Amino acid sequence: MKKFLSAPFIVFILAGTLIPMCVIAYYGLTDRTGAFTIQNILAVGTGDHAKALGLSLLLSFAATLICLILAFPLGLILKDSKLGKKGFMVFLFILPMWMNFVLRTMAWQVLLEKSGPLGFLGIINTPTAVVLGMVYDYLPFMVLPIYNAMIKIDDSLIEAAYDLGASKSTVLRKVIAPLTIPGIVSGVTMVFVPSLTTFAISNMLGGGKVNLIGNIIEQEFTTSSNWNLGSGLSLVMMIFIVISMAFIEKFDKNGEGSMI
Amino acid sequence: MAKEKTLIEMIDISKSYDGEVVLDEFNLNIKENEFITLLGPSGCGKTTTLRILGGFTKPDTGKVLFQGEDITDMPANKRPLNTVFQKYALFPHMNIADNIAFGLKISGKSQEYINDKIKYALKLVNLSGYEKRSVTSLSGGQQQRIAIARAIVNEPRVLLLDEPLGALDLKLRQEMQYELRRLKNELGITFLYVTHDQEEALTMSDKVVVMNQGYIQQMGTPEQIYNEPENAFVADFIGDSNIVDGTMVEDYVVKINGYKFPCIDSGFGKNKPVDVVIRPEDIEIGKPGQGIIDGVVTSNVFIGVHYEMCIEAGGIEWLAQNTRSFAVGQQVSIGVAPENIQIMNKPQSEDEEAISLEDVLGDESEGTPEEL
Repeated sequence: MKKFLSAPFIVFILAGTLIPMCVIAYYGLTDRTGAFTIQNILAVGTGDHAKALGLSLLLSFAATLICLILAFPLGLILKDSKLGKKGFMVFLFILPMWMNFVLRTMAWQVLLEKSGPLGFLGIINTPTAVVLGMVYDYLPFMVLPIYNAMIKIDDSLIEAAYDLGASKSTVLRKVIAPLTIPGIVSGVTMVFVPSLTTFAISNMLGGGKVNLIGNIIEQEFTTSSNWNLGSGLSLVMMIFIVISMAFIEKFDKNGEGSMI
Repeated sequence: MAKEKTLIEMIDISKSYDGEVVLDEFNLNIKENEFITLLGPSGCGKTTTLRILGGFTKPDTGKVLFQGEDITDMPANKRPLNTVFQKYALFPHMNIADNIAFGLKISGKSQEYINDKIKYALKLVNLSGYEKRSVTSLSGGQQQRIAIARAIVNEPRVLLLDEPLGALDLKLRQEMQYELRRLKNELGITFLYVTHDQEEALTMSDKVVVMNQGYIQQMGTPEQIYNEPENAFVADFIGDSNIVDGTMVEDYVVKINGYKFPCIDSGFGKNKPVDVVIRPEDIEIGKPGQGIIDGVVTSNVFIGVHYEMCIEAGGIEWLAQNTRSFAVGQQVSIGVAPENIQIMNKPQSEDEEAISLEDVLGDESEGTPEEL
């Protein structure tokens, strides 16, 4: 009976995840004639591909760092806020998350374009705009796990640190920061991985001038119709994702990021 | 003990949360090298008192003096006292040694000094060799002992303990009570202990402060608190007791429901209504006609050291404890030795139940509440 009820779920996993993965692996490891090759994977190290991967890593790293710098103090403020409406404050900060991601990015496109209200900045179609888009889109994914980790820190731990003579900065460095690490790791992963693989943000805010690895993969599947190369590069990206998952597994044992 | 210096003075401290008064014009003196316990039901203001001393809560009005110096506005990290928290509050990301070293590292002590201190503190709490263990691998009792070790290595003048044994089981709690007493004697520092457990308070303290609704109800040695409760609240809170209405007919005679009991109290005036406290172990049970009131046993429970019986006599249900068992339904008589009858003035109003500063100061010299 139990097995019977779980059948739709198993079908879904098979049809939605396992089979497509196998198909990608098949395409990635074969050439157009169907013969086995690892050229599609090695292709990531050549010319434009390597440059796109390098730029993706750089921009995702920058976006992740900015998100972390913004989210850590924000978490502290939310934790200490005496408004009695903490839940509502957090809700406000993650509200954009509920809106369609393409819409949010498009809004920035309108704001930043030459005739737009923020056109004077002149950052549209530059890597800066792409990083801005990444930060805006993925910030909630950093705030939430960090906030979750912080509110779990018992106030008596912080009071105990003060009681033992610690200054504010010592309490922050020696007690709050180390105990927030699970949330930070979750947040970093959840911002870094989607930033690394995005093509929509770079398409809309980069105007075709900022080519990330995601854009290359997209082009291989669409304009170049080279599914084998697209799949090969996708497999490379999957390795990054698996590494990130392993990181979360190691540091975030309490599931600070599982709320998302 | 009266010769020892006053270390901490709390003067006219008031504190309310959201309009609810927790402490009202609270005054307390703590002497050097004293084991003083704040005892009371939850919400009586004892934890707030401790938090004000620790620097975690600011009083609305009033002053805290430490050796005569005003420390009311001094932040917690500058105060010469350390706290042991109810929930231990050990840092889960550090091992035992790092937890104990936390305060010492901040004060910039040398590594050698720190290592020596850790060894010494662990020995003191009977956990030698636990340096590298993780906090989470310890039992509740062990964690609490580490929390105590972490506080005492900083050599505070006063150690504040907030119901530190509350989460432990009975056996462990009793062990820890002796350990704390021993620690206090070895270290020679002042202990301020907060608890709602009357047995704990009586076992460990030099001085017990019974609190209720933000007021001190009575202050004295454990013997004074138990044997001479000043009002019905204290009598009721400390141990089991029979608290009945009575009338002080004249000196040395109290009338309860029409029956006259000889007692040793005087000075209440004639025909004055009073509260009478009689401890269950002080009720003598005998054959009918032998005692003061005849009655019948209505219940009998064996609770280990003695039998606990209810005796219906003279229209009152008496709680009595005796090592001899009297069967339910048996006709008996009850009597009380005059010195075991405790007479208290009836409180005129709720406020009068609390004693004022003058009473407290006057009380310390002789400690016989009947004569106030």
